[in-house]
Parts: sequence; C-alpha cells; structure tokens
Amino acid sequence: MKPFTYERASDVASAIQAVSQTPGARYLAGGTNLLDLMKLEIETPTHLVDVSRLPLATIEASAEGGVRLGAMTRNSQVAAHPDIRARYPALVQAIVSGGSGQLRNKATTAGNLMQRTRCSFFYDTAKPCNKRQPGSGCSALGSLSRANAIFGASEACVATHPSDMAVALVALDAQIETLRPDGTSRSLAVADLHRLPGTSPETESELAADELITSVNLPPPAPGGQLYRKVRARASYVGGLASVAVAGGRLVLGAVALKPWRAETAEAALASGASRTEAAMAELAQAQDPDQNAGKIALVRRLLGAVLDETNTGRGA
Amino acid sequence: MKTTMTVNGQVRSLDLDTRTTLLDALREHLDLKGSKKGCDQGQCGACTVLVNGTRINACLSLAVMHDGDEILTIEGLADGENLHPLQQAFLTEDAFQCGYCTPGQICSAVGMLQEVAAGLPSQETESLTGPISLTDAEIRERLSGNICRCSAYPQILAAVRRVAGATQ
Repeated sequence: MKPFTYERASDVASAIQAVSQTPGARYLAGGTNLLDLMKLEIETPTHLVDVSRLPLATIEASAEGGVRLGAMTRNSQVAAHPDIRARYPALVQAIVSGGSGQLRNKATTAGNLMQRTRCSFFYDTAKPCNKRQPGSGCSALGSLSRANAIFGASEACVATHPSDMAVALVALDAQIETLRPDGTSRSLAVADLHRLPGTSPETESELAADELITSVNLPPPAPGGQLYRKVRARASYVGGLASVAVAGGRLVLGAVALKPWRAETAEAALASGASRTEAAMAELAQAQDPDQNAGKIALVRRLLGAVLDETNTGRGA
Repeated sequence: MKTTMTVNGQVRSLDLDTRTTLLDALREHLDLKGSKKGCDQGQCGACTVLVNGTRINACLSLAVMHDGDEILTIEGLADGENLHPLQQAFLTEDAFQCGYCTPGQICSAVGMLQEVAAGLPSQETESLTGPISLTDAEIRERLSGNICRCSAYPQILAAVRRVAGATQ
C-alpha cells in the first residue's frame, strides 16, 4: 500500500471540504473495496477522509411515502429493516445475494454504488487496462470470458458493474441525493449514476470526486411483483454471471453492462402485447458480439424469461 | 497515528502507520495471533473478529478506523477456564482439522447467531417478513464467508447447529 494520511470526519460539510481541498483525497466508508484495491496499488489515495461515522446511517420514512436510506447505512442494516423487508423485497434479495455476512456488515449503501468492477484484468496489474491506466488497452476485449459485458460495452472496455444492490435500486426507481463543496445538493436517479465506458472507461460515474452521496431515496413501491434473481458459478459468495431485478414492471439486468441495464426493449415488447419469451428474445437480440457471448446471451434470456414467469409480469408463453 | 481500542475488555493504545490493518494491529502489535491471515482480501474469513458486537473481516479494515471501538477476538471469547459454547461445540463435534480457519469460523458463528436473533434475513430465508428458522441451509449460507480448506464443513455445521438449537 502507498502511504496516506487519514482523518475521521466530524461533520458532513468538513468532510466534503477536506476531500475538495486535498489533492489525492478520497472518501472512505466501509472500505471493503477501496482497501482491497489500495493493497494492490490500483487505488493510491494520498489522504482518506473517513465518512463512515457521519450521522448518515438512519433509515426513515420519507414524506412521499417511501423510505430514505442514509448513505452510511450498512448493507445488513438495510436488509434487516422491517419496512424494507415488507415493501422492497427485491432490494433485500439483492443485498443478501452479494458478498458475505462479514462484508455486508461493513459495506455501506453509498459505497456499494461506488464500488469498482471485478474484471480480472482490472485487478491484474501486469496487464493493460484502460480503466486502470487510460490508453493502455483492454485485455478483456476478445477474451473468452462470461464476466464480460454484453450490453453498452466499447472497444475500450467490456467490464461489468459488480453491484447486486444497484440493480434492484434501478428497478425500484431509487434516487441518490448528493452534496457538493459549494453546499448545493442534487438528486440523481441511480439509473443515471453510472457511465457506460465509451472512450473513457476510467470515468465511472456522473459524480465529481468531491461530491458526497448523502442518501438513497426509495419511492413508494409501484404495484406489481418484485424479485431479484442471480445466477453464479457457486451457491454463495461470488459475483453474478447475470442477474435480473423486477419491480413494478421495470426490468433490470445485472452483470451484463458497466451499469445496471434497464431492459427497455423487453419492457416495450411486453407493453405492446408480446409474450414473455418474445420479450426476452427481443432484449437479447441486441446483445453485443453474439458469437463470442453466445453462452451468456442464452443464460440471460432464460433467466429473464424465468423471472417474468415467476413474477407473472406480462403475457405467458 | 494514535489509536485506542478496547480489545477483549482491555484498553489498548497504539501508535500505528495508517496502512496497518485491524488484523495486523491485533496480530503484530498486540500479539493476539488467534485471528488468522489467510487471503488478506476478505475472501476466506480467517480474520473474522467482532467489532462492537458485529462480525467483520479484520483484514479489510484499517486499525485507525477503529479508534474507540470494542474488539472481541477468539482470545476473548472464553470466560476464564470456561469455553464459549461455540468453542466447546467445535471440540465436541471435532469441527476442525488443521485449525487455521477455526478462530474465524467461531467468531463468525457468534456474530451470525446474533444476526439471526436480530431478524436479518439471508438468501435462504423462506419469508422475509416471518420468523427465521435456522435450517442447515441457513447456517451454511450465513457462514459462506468462512472457508475451510480441510473441508470440515459437516462438523462445523453440526457444532453451530448444536449451539443454535440450545439457544433458539
């Protein structure tokens, strides 16, 4: 690990000022992803501002009838909350499918959103990676890997976003709230938070480096079934090969793109009377590199069809 | 950087490089070698300790993040000569072979049973709103963050089931 200085933030405003005014500073929340990457010297912050103890760890009913999750709520805290369990089951299912019990006790809501890809070439510092070293090339491109993106990828990067929770949050139409150094706040849909790689995969989100997520706001759940389903190489504690979240008729795919992938084509097909199978086929017809990704495309198509059946979304057969 | 933690009931003050993980502070600075370093990246669970009553991977946390915290390691679980019920159950069920993962397994199980009591569901939980029945599938899932390379899983499961059955 490269040397760094550390401070525990005493309040939100001074945390933001500290990151804003110190070159090389980063926010530190649970640290489960950041410290892992610092050990590999993929992340090399010179100053850490620990925001994990800021008073941003409550779960409250919102004025709109939804729920406001403080940014520093722990993943396990959210999954255990009675209102979340009763009204947002897809979110609970997504959270408990990710990581291990120990990690979920430490990882935060905001940190989960800001975690970085698990692409093996991003982690392998002996290999080129445009995310790690812009302009060096993409080692995953053309590799026979079921971990690669099948939607929204570019010649510069075919990595996927690893979060399970974010996939459910997009299906639930959640918004993040942020604070900036000038004191202004803004709202942003989780669906609009992450960027597709394009020509600059090193820029991963719409947030400025010193912009702090303060909460994730869930609107009241839309009518209709909710489900999060993840398929993976073993039964527990591994990233997904693919996942699907359904909530209120919104369909979102995980582990297929560098952001939670809203299956708008499938949604539109269902709305115009197509069957579930036809809708799944329509979505996957747009998948990139169909020869190389044939296995993953078939997997996602079947998974999406199965989740539509189970939630009774759209027309059968 | 000055850091003070309460470790197994004793207040301990350290002056640490900020890069020191909680695990290295326990093992190398406080000579508590029970918590083990397996993978050092949060995948094996051998470093599991309880921080303010909650189980975490000590390898994925900086010691300086824990100023003011209460840390419980395998060395602090027994009450004098009386073993913690999970320690005794691991002996009774012969729930280890080489023993390297055992401190992490036991600390993880202590935290896990508290999580069940607090109503935290897992992916094996039948109903997200009903009571949690601690089935074998639940125990396996909830301890999936602890790897045993000797594969003593059936005995680990039996040991945890023994204690869970006694407390439920």
